[in-house]
Amino acid sequence: MRNNTVGATTLVEPPQVQRDDLGLGSRRARAWAWTGGLSVALLLTVMGGVGLGAVWVAPSDVVGVIGHHLIGWPGERGWTDSTDSIVWKVRLPRVLLACLVGAGLAVCGVALQAMVRNLLADPYLLGVNSGASSGAAAAILFGIGAGFGEHALQVSAFLGALAASVLVFLVARSAGRVTSVRLLLAGVAVGYALYAATSFLIFASGSAEGARSVMFWLLGSLGLAQWNTPLAVVAVVVLSTAALLTLWGRRLDALAIGDETAHTLGISPERFRMLLLVVVALCIGVVVSASGSIGFVGLVVPHLARRLVGATHVRVVPVAALIGAVLLVWADVIARTLLQPQEIPIGIITSLVGAPFLLLLIRRLHATAA
Amino acid sequence: MIVADDLSWSYGEQQVLSAVALATRPGRVLGLIGPNGSGKTTLLRLLYGALSSPSGVVLVDGDPLRSLRPREAARRLAVVVQEAPGESPLTVAEMVLLGRTPHLSTFQRASAEDHDVAADALRRVGALHLADRAFAGLSGGERQRVLIARALTQRATHLLLDEPTNHLDIRYQHEVLGLLAHLVRDLGTTSVVVLHDLNLAARYCDDLVLLGPGGVAASGTTADVLDPDVLEPVYEIGVRRVEHDGQLHLLFSPSDPSVARPRAIQEALS
Repeated sequence: MRNNTVGATTLVEPPQVQRDDLGLGSRRARAWAWTGGLSVALLLTVMGGVGLGAVWVAPSDVVGVIGHHLIGWPGERGWTDSTDSIVWKVRLPRVLLACLVGAGLAVCGVALQAMVRNLLADPYLLGVNSGASSGAAAAILFGIGAGFGEHALQVSAFLGALAASVLVFLVARSAGRVTSVRLLLAGVAVGYALYAATSFLIFASGSAEGARSVMFWLLGSLGLAQWNTPLAVVAVVVLSTAALLTLWGRRLDALAIGDETAHTLGISPERFRMLLLVVVALCIGVVVSASGSIGFVGLVVPHLARRLVGATHVRVVPVAALIGAVLLVWADVIARTLLQPQEIPIGIITSLVGAPFLLLLIRRLHATAA
Repeated sequence: MIVADDLSWSYGEQQVLSAVALATRPGRVLGLIGPNGSGKTTLLRLLYGALSSPSGVVLVDGDPLRSLRPREAARRLAVVVQEAPGESPLTVAEMVLLGRTPHLSTFQRASAEDHDVAADALRRVGALHLADRAFAGLSGGERQRVLIARALTQRATHLLLDEPTNHLDIRYQHEVLGLLAHLVRDLGTTSVVVLHDLNLAARYCDDLVLLGPGGVAASGTTADVLDPDVLEPVYEIGVRRVEHDGQLHLLFSPSDPSVARPRAIQEALS
């Protein structure tokens, strides 16, 4: 296919020595360096996240417990039973969930920002999170989706997220075009409405839903993490989403430039956007059903990632996933240690850090527009 | 080669184009000209399938455009649109490499060969030295050249451009169109370009389609279409045609000259 055009026959020059005319080599090296560095940081973060808490567990014991459970090494237990269950039963699932939630929110933020072509897009602002919350709350309170057994929560959160995002897109669409201002406004409106609806439902039902209170859905918590199938589902969905978005990197690049450009490069923008919307809704639905609605991660992390490795999505997506994972683990460590023994909803921490960042972004937007 | 027949389009109640037909020939530049709102850009968008005409057909190398999958269409038609990629944070090299998209399967990475094609295209438009720069940081003329390089990277047999000289200084207008004319002759590409400046059309287009209210007012070679008798009723302005250095030029004068002429010039002339 490549050489049958008129252009190719006259354009192709004799094979050249491998050169780097485009200057892409140094960027690639830089991206690999960051990916490697962040992977190491993530490993250390997991160790730290498991070790830190009301009871301090030494890194050697952390490694020991995890190694013992995973690969049977070391076979001898040099630690107490309570250390063992703190590390393996309580903290490790929680830290892993934090990694997955952070990564999931971050890559969905990347996808939405490309799709909407607006720096301010994120699952939270576009109402996807609140849709997922409403879906999940409806599942708990009214037993909707009970047919799906232990996955009822995830399925209904996904459906809620999908319904909310489709609604937002339908509202924002005019004359076949989706404008990003309308999209954000619609997202904010739908988001508020659904949060209010969720909260109202929970209050009105008078259900003693323990941990899954209004607070959980609005500000998020990783306190429900345990080794169970829903955690496995979160892992599979988040990792597949991150992989898929990385592989879709070139398409995301094209879509981020514009619908017309995407079209002329052989990508159907409408179809791709729908596809992305479903993928994002699935990922956010599953994440929110496990952790409630955590704001600002999806907004802030993509910007950090682009700062580090440039704008091509093939590089931004994995780096954003790693940053999101690292940040959320530390946010959770702060959330559960700052006011011990009381636990702060993690959304408060991410908002405290994320909101100033948003303000900074708005100031910079203003500067470039003026 | 693109052959279009019986194309039409309307925005709501307002019919912009009806029964439009045109044909392009390899190695020649076809210009679409006409007053504001005559549907030049709309016609171009019909030709590359961003809009789909409710009537008629667009044939690309004999195949109906509608029957081509988006990827296949993009291998045959490369388009430089007016859409402002504005703040796109991509580098020039990344931007140009995107032109390989139609040749790569969704999950396939760009190979060394693809990089060579992109580097070659940048060299052709004289922008290889910009490869590492941020696209958003370029001047208008540089951006246009880079977008043309991306189109060349598609290795398509047809090159379509929507007002490539918009917002460019006069020197860059000629530079970009000169580059285009050169590439088209060099590569045997078929090119369609929307222009609003008739003197640029006179210099760089081989054939012209003049759009007037509702459809094609005239079409043919540049010399045939740029005829005062043809242009005056469409543009509603006085047109004089002169030859200078073997080159066709058009001079324009409003029907009531005193209206448009600034006082200072009137005084200087009297």
